[in-house]
Amino acid sequence: MLQLQYFLLLGAALFCIGIYGLVTSRNAVRVLMSIELLLNAVNLNLMGFSNFLDPVEIKGQVFTVFVITIAAAEAAVGLAIILSIYRNRDTVDMEQFNLLKW
Amino acid sequence: MRYPRQKINSNQKDKAVNLAEGVQVVSFGVLAIMMIVAALGVVLLNNIVYSAFLLAGVFMSISGLYVLLNADFVAAAQILIYVGAINVLILFAIMLVNKQENYAPVANRWLRSLAAGLVCLGVFALLGTMVVATDWQIPATTPVQTVSSVVKLGQHFFSDFLLPFELASVLLLMAMVGAIVLARRDFLPDDLSLTNQTTSFTLPEKSKELASLGGNKN
Repeated sequence: MLQLQYFLLLGAALFCIGIYGLVTSRNAVRVLMSIELLLNAVNLNLMGFSNFLDPVEIKGQVFTVFVITIAAAEAAVGLAIILSIYRNRDTVDMEQFNLLKW
Repeated sequence: MRYPRQKINSNQKDKAVNLAEGVQVVSFGVLAIMMIVAALGVVLLNNIVYSAFLLAGVFMSISGLYVLLNADFVAAAQILIYVGAINVLILFAIMLVNKQENYAPVANRWLRSLAAGLVCLGVFALLGTMVVATDWQIPATTPVQTVSSVVKLGQHFFSDFLLPFELASVLLLMAMVGAIVLARRDFLPDDLSLTNQTTSFTLPEKSKELASLGGNKN
């Protein structure tokens, strides 16, 4: 029988992989992919809680749909930012984006 | 030796339920392993095109997990939006910024990766302990969902989640306009001295219209 804990553990594992990619990757596009992984981990948690704790009023699914919407907006704006910073600095290396570094 | 008929029936029913549960567990395991391996590939592979395609694998595995969680609409929306829109957008971004560059070596980079890996393992251990140790108050008898989940989601969107729903549409419009403004290629003319004289009202980076204006004057 499937249990809530399995889905929560899977979401936690996906979240940790996403954080590792977010911190260590040098390509800016890969950083965006890691953010998508993080959002999907959160979605997995929401869906698990929605199915096991609230199966009639499925409000977790409503929140998941909202998170998917925000993720779409975030991906569009993030990729536009990466494009413009690529035109300015001629690289996508995260180590060289030091405009705001003192 | 002969069982009563009632007993046989209940035995068959148990077997059927067990078979369904076995299918559920096996498909959960397959989807979970696919998702973890693909996510590790997204993070660890060197070629970013492989990473983008493995990201689609992660999204599809998560969609399968949603089907296991009785959420058909969200599973379809996951595939449509993530695989169909966001992943294609990421592939376009990879094509647009596709420059083979050898990253300059950074001192003590392996130390940073090691520290990040340790921190992530620690976070996973913390979350896992919390998940296992907590007594989730799951109701023993799950009430049967009478209406389909699409109907239920629609009722939520147009009754008690109406304001966030409309705000989400406004946010999508704002994100679209913002992305267009940010990613629009407006090239600077070669000599800025000419355009600086002609235009005192506009900013120098809005040089698309300015270039044509200067051309008309010349």
